[in-house]
Amino acid sequence: MNAAAGRYRPPAAWAHALQSAAPLLVAVGVGLLMHFAVQPAVGAFKARVLVDIGINIILAVSLTLVNGFTGQFSIGHAGFMALGGYAAGALSYYGSFRLFGAAAFHGGVLSWTASQGPFHGPWLGSGDLLFVAACLVGGLVAAGAGYLVGLPSLRLRGDYLAIVTLGFGEIVRVVLQSTQTQLSQAPDVAATPWPLLTLKLGGALGFIGLPFYTTLFWVYLAVALTLAVAIRLKRSSYGRAFLAIREDEVAAEALGVHTTRYKVRAFVLAAFLAGVAGALYAHLVGSVNAGELGFQKSFEVVIMVVLGGMGSVSGSTLAAIVLTLLPELLRTVTGSVNTYLPRAYELPDLRMIIYSLALILMMILRPQGFFGLREIWDWRVRRRPRPA
Amino acid sequence: MTPLLEVTRLSIAFGGLRAVQDFNLALAPGDLQGLIGPNGAGKTTVFNLLTGVYRPAAGEIRLAGRRLDGLRPFQIARAGLARTFQASRLLADLSVADNVRVGAQLRTRPSLLGTVLRTRRHRDTEGDIEARTQRLLETFGLAERRAELARHLPYGDQRRLEMARALATQPRVLLLDEPAAGMNPQEKLALRELIQRIRREFDVTILLIEHDMSVVMSICETVTVLDYGVTIARGTPREVQGDPRVIEAYLGVAAPPGDA
Repeated sequence: MNAAAGRYRPPAAWAHALQSAAPLLVAVGVGLLMHFAVQPAVGAFKARVLVDIGINIILAVSLTLVNGFTGQFSIGHAGFMALGGYAAGALSYYGSFRLFGAAAFHGGVLSWTASQGPFHGPWLGSGDLLFVAACLVGGLVAAGAGYLVGLPSLRLRGDYLAIVTLGFGEIVRVVLQSTQTQLSQAPDVAATPWPLLTLKLGGALGFIGLPFYTTLFWVYLAVALTLAVAIRLKRSSYGRAFLAIREDEVAAEALGVHTTRYKVRAFVLAAFLAGVAGALYAHLVGSVNAGELGFQKSFEVVIMVVLGGMGSVSGSTLAAIVLTLLPELLRTVTGSVNTYLPRAYELPDLRMIIYSLALILMMILRPQGFFGLREIWDWRVRRRPRPA
Repeated sequence: MTPLLEVTRLSIAFGGLRAVQDFNLALAPGDLQGLIGPNGAGKTTVFNLLTGVYRPAAGEIRLAGRRLDGLRPFQIARAGLARTFQASRLLADLSVADNVRVGAQLRTRPSLLGTVLRTRRHRDTEGDIEARTQRLLETFGLAERRAELARHLPYGDQRRLEMARALATQPRVLLLDEPAAGMNPQEKLALRELIQRIRREFDVTILLIEHDMSVVMSICETVTVLDYGVTIARGTPREVQGDPRVIEAYLGVAAPPGDA
């Protein structure tokens, strides 16, 4: 037909299958590397920071699908995270009672955090399957909520949509905080049917005693998959539809983009990933408390997306890394300065103030965020200014 | 010949203002018709009605027999009616090629799983979109600038990109809203040729809103004149130019026929 079509040669079947599966293979590789190489090298504290970074990357990249790609302004992302955490927690906690008689760890090497001591066992235990299922269920429950929020929100734009998502996040928090006391005795759990168990999520005290499964392996497996999905979406018809809505909704419709459908899809997808992040978080700290996942957490994620550049996958990833590391670094700095100062002259904990100042400065100096809509690897593309 | 696009008694009011009243139009396949009128006459409102941006209060729109009124804009685009906008509505922060690709992907059905797994079907579809995009960019002389952001294009290129993008949806009828606005005489001349070439090469029926009489009068076979939402004249450019009501609408007083 023409040059571009002529150049296109379909790859061999095996090469094609490999390319399709590449993200999964890479994700497993990255996860194994983090788990077996990085974790022993950096020690428990830094490993924990790395896990936090990973979870924040998933959150920031997933919100990028909505706030960055599609241009909708959602500020209730923590609500999806909370839903995912509670749903996953309910399955793994009560599921462990049903399967193993107690909410104890039944995983393999990949789910064992080295700092907890030496471990001898299989690569994957039966508990790991439960954990993975819990993460997926957490994602699906959050995605269902994303669909419900997405639908009525479609007629709303800008500030109005933001308020609805904020309200959603608060509703989720309040509902989860008013769940019933959780059961902690095996006979009680055994005597209660599943539908009732899902109502007993600890209420205002939080949902505690969840088994610890989240390790660098699982987190970075999820991070790599999230990044692969986001990047592949951005470079496809799907992503172009999202971006067209962000750029000009009227023009997008006129070009045949079913804007409402794509907005809902963005919401559902982002909610799924946030739900998985919530599930990982719940099984990292062994508990999940909706009170901690209110609008403050939502704003943290929004800040990452804005700082990264509203629509840049690599940008929001970098922002998630920087904004997770910054408070930790500042803590270390204040701490080490204070060791040289007499007690009366010790620096107060200024890190949140410095953190805020850094954000303000960044937004003044570079309002488009780190990368704008672009990706870090787009930089080789010439940016020719408009000729005079 | 049975009309491809048939509009009957199309009306809409905004508050008390009857923006368009009993508008009728018949476009036969291959037609190139013009829609003119003074500022505020309701030309763009007609386009917005045809493309579903506004829902008509009364009247019917049929494309090849199929009712379009009441459908949403994306459904109308899928039915084969594409448009450009008076004020440029390019996807400013996307590349030139991406602007066209969004139009070119209209008749594809991307699946989420296919996209994430890059299945064979997904690649074939994207390859097809790419091929059609490249062809359009070449036709419109934009191939060299395909990687640039749409916002960085010079004005004339932006207008042509809008047309390329609309054609990428493979329309049967193309609505052009003031494509010559802001162009210099040479650009207008080139535009006239481009519009006629589009009609031939893409086998598309065109309805053109234009302020610039030199463009309308030289390429349109039939011209409809709107004033205050009412059709005041219709005919060949020559007939319309001589119509006293048209002259009055433009100039306010009866004047000898000439360049309006």
